[in-house]
Parts: sequence; structure tokens; C-alpha cells
Amino acid sequence: MENESILVLKNIQKTYKDGTAALKKINLSITKGQVVSIIGPSGSGKSTLIRCINRLVEPTSGAIEFEGKEIMKLRGKSLRKVRSKIGMVFQSHNLIKRAHTIQNVLHGRLGYTGSIKGSLGMFEKRDVEVALSILNRVGIEEFAYKRADELSGGQQQRVGIARAICQKPSIIMADEPIASLDPSASRTVMEYLRNICKEDGITAIINLHQVEFAKEFSDRIVAVKSGEIVFDGTPDELMEAKIFQIYN
Amino acid sequence: MTAKNNSWIKHIRHPNALIIIAILFVFSFSQLNITFTQFFESFERGKYMLDRMFPPQISEPMILFEAVIQSLQVAVVGTVLGIIISLILAIFAASNLSPYPLVSYVIKAFAAFVRSVPALIWAMLFIIAVGFGPTPGILAIAVNSIGMLVKVYAESIEEMDVEIIEAIRSTGASPLQVIFQGVFASIVSILISWSVFRFDINVRYSSILGVVGAGGIGWELMAATQSSRYDLALGVTFVIFLMIISIEYFTRFIKRQLESI
Repeated sequence: MENESILVLKNIQKTYKDGTAALKKINLSITKGQVVSIIGPSGSGKSTLIRCINRLVEPTSGAIEFEGKEIMKLRGKSLRKVRSKIGMVFQSHNLIKRAHTIQNVLHGRLGYTGSIKGSLGMFEKRDVEVALSILNRVGIEEFAYKRADELSGGQQQRVGIARAICQKPSIIMADEPIASLDPSASRTVMEYLRNICKEDGITAIINLHQVEFAKEFSDRIVAVKSGEIVFDGTPDELMEAKIFQIYN
Repeated sequence: MTAKNNSWIKHIRHPNALIIIAILFVFSFSQLNITFTQFFESFERGKYMLDRMFPPQISEPMILFEAVIQSLQVAVVGTVLGIIISLILAIFAASNLSPYPLVSYVIKAFAAFVRSVPALIWAMLFIIAVGFGPTPGILAIAVNSIGMLVKVYAESIEEMDVEIIEAIRSTGASPLQVIFQGVFASIVSILISWSVFRFDINVRYSSILGVVGAGGIGWELMAATQSSRYDLALGVTFVIFLMIISIEYFTRFIKRQLESI
């Protein structure tokens, strides 16, 4: 039970139309409940890697097993169901700026709401209560009925996390969640992200380029360089020399 | 010194263009047989018309009022139809949403074609198809609006950050939810502001479409001039002027409300 894999990537390859090989035969198995950081220089393929997992980017070849089920061939409704179990946090928050904070959090419920109702923004009362309690957890309940763009960068990222948690996901994937934040806001965001994942037993995959944060906040670090995994181990095993190798 | 004196010449980047324009002007002028006698005679005719224009008159205010209402109705219905169809087409025309590039290209080409045919021509075509009355006016305005709105809506969608669409998609949202909660919610104020702008244009069109028989106030103007009642024509013109000005104030008010959202 302890070493149960929630996500297994087998020989994932992604070659873009212009011939760029973004990912070359990635094999990765993620243990349930762990916080895994993926580090690597920009352009190393880490963004493509996590987008391949929920198939926002279609892998060229390979297999993805999520919660024991093969999801590479899924389409339409069944693919959306898988996506609703995978929360995603972005570097640039990607909130609907003019919408209220609470509305942005409720977007996490779209995958569970009827197509028409969701389109019109008519969410269940229960969902609204859940969204408010999540905003409370990330410490920004008081901004629930403010426009998202009135919040600071760090607060907006906490809304992004709240949206992902609102999906009641098994995995949260974060793509450079703190790359555009100052050090203190970065720390707050990383703490909320890790603590909530640990409390709720959510597996986390976090793309980072700040190695220090990766070492501090994760159970396991995977380093990617030019579309290949060049390191996979605990933070302790990641020695300074290795880091130098990755970034050079 | 000389550089300074000649500096205005440097501003004319393409002196050839000036020469071509001059040639075209002279050529057109001589081809059209515009003579000075004709030119002066037109003053006399103008005076005849002006004499009969004043004082402006309104013979049947109720009929005129109904015609104004009909023109506005034609503009409203035509604009709303145009907006709905344009929104749907724009989703498939926007290159960042459209599943197939070919579909996007075909819709954009269609919109460009529709746009290049003037509203009056559309009205005349629809009169042939469905007969006189407000219906061809509505259709002409809707179709002409589509030509412009598909282009500007699609461009607004294309200027959107694709990652916002990605973010909504990643929650497991359906395509319809992505479009409403992601795309439209992000750019709603731009969409409304273009639509209101288009309504402004359409009110002008709907007042003139009646001239070819597509209903509304334009028809009254046509009737007055055809019976040489220039005083009535001027009266109708004033009414059209009032109608357009008040609609402009109304839309300006709406736009100001939008900015405060």
C-alpha cells in the first residue's frame, strides 16, 4: 500500500510538428501521496511533461497509467473525467481576471457540473460552500467576492491552488507555481501547496527551477534535461555537483 | 541648411504615388465630362430645392413615429441575430480555438466576402428573395454585421492568453463550459463594446435601408422626394438626425456603464 503508484509514465515521447523532440522516452512512476519536484532549466521539457499527463499536450507515443487505468486512448467525456481528478496550477495563475475569486475557485467544479449549468455559472449551493471553505484554508476568504485581478500575485496563486483543490483531485500538478513571485510570497505559496497536499493525501508534481525550494519542499526530486531524466532521487541524494551538471 | 530646406521632400516617401494620384484625378475628371455650365446650373437647381425645403414640415407625425420605431426594431433584431451568429462562427474562426485550421480559414474568408458587399446591396438582394418590408432589412443588417463581428470577435479571442483556456480545460470542463466560463468570461467587455459599436452603425443603416424598400423611416424619405415634397423630406431628415443622435447618447451611456464594471 505504501508504495502504490498513482501514476505511471511508460516511454512517453513528444516530438513537435517542427521536429523538436521535447521528451525522449520518459519513464516515471509516481508514488501516491508524495510531493515530487521536477527540476531542470527552461526548455528542458518539464512543462511539456506535465501537460502530457493530463493530455493538454498530446504525447507522440507511450503509455500513461493513472490510478491503474490506461488513459492514452481516452477521449471526450472519459478524458474530461480523468482531467477533473488532476488539478493544475500555472505560473501565470490563469484566472479569469474579471470574475470574482469565488467564481474562479468554482471553476474547479466544472468537471462535476452539467455542461449547460456549468456554462452559465450555476453551481450547486454545496459547491459554493466547499469553495468558501477552501478559500478559508488558503487564507483569502475575505477576498471571495473581489475581482481576481484586484489580488496580489501571491494571493492570485493561492486562488489558483484553491481552484485545483476544489476539483477534489488525486493529483495536483503545478507548472512553475512560484516563478513570478517574490521570495516571501513564494514560500507562502509552497507551504500552502505542500501542507494541503499532505493533509488531504493528494499527490503533487511540481515543476520548479529553484533547486533550494525543491530540496526543502519535496519528498523526491526528478531532474530533466533536454527531454530526458538525468536524476531521480531524494533531496539528500541530490548533491551540488549533480545540480551543476543538470544546469550546465 | 539645404538639408533643412529639403526636409519636407524627404517626408514624401513615395513621390511616384503622388504622380499616379494626379494622373488618376485628371483622367477621371475629363472622362466624366464635368462641364462648368453643368456646374453652375446645379446652383440654380439647388436653389429651387432649397426654396421648397423651408419651412420643413411633418405631415403625419404618427406614421413617421411608427416608421422610426420600425427602423429601430429592424436595427435591434438585425444586430441581435448578427451577434448570435457571429459568436458561434467566431469560435470556429479563432485560430486558437478552432479544431481545424481549414475551418478557421473558410469562415474568415466568408466573413471577408460578406463584409465587402455593402448593406444596401444585401437589402436589395433580400428584397428580391423575400419581398418588401422589414424582413429584408433585418436580414441585410444581420448579414452585414456578421461580416464585421466575426472578424473582430475572432481577433479578440485570438488575443486571449491560451493558457487561460488551458486552465479551464484542465479542470475537466466540457467544450461549451470552456467557451462560456473561459473565453467569453475573459473578454466579455470587449465583446459587448464591439457589439454596441455595431448597433450604432446598424441604426444608421436601418434608417437608410428603407430607401430601397426595406422598411422603416428611409421609405418615408423616399416617398417625400419622389413626390417633390422637399419640405417633408427635410422634416424626415430632421427626425432621422434626432433618432441617430439619441441612440448615440444611449449607446455612449451603455459604454460608460460597462467601463465601471
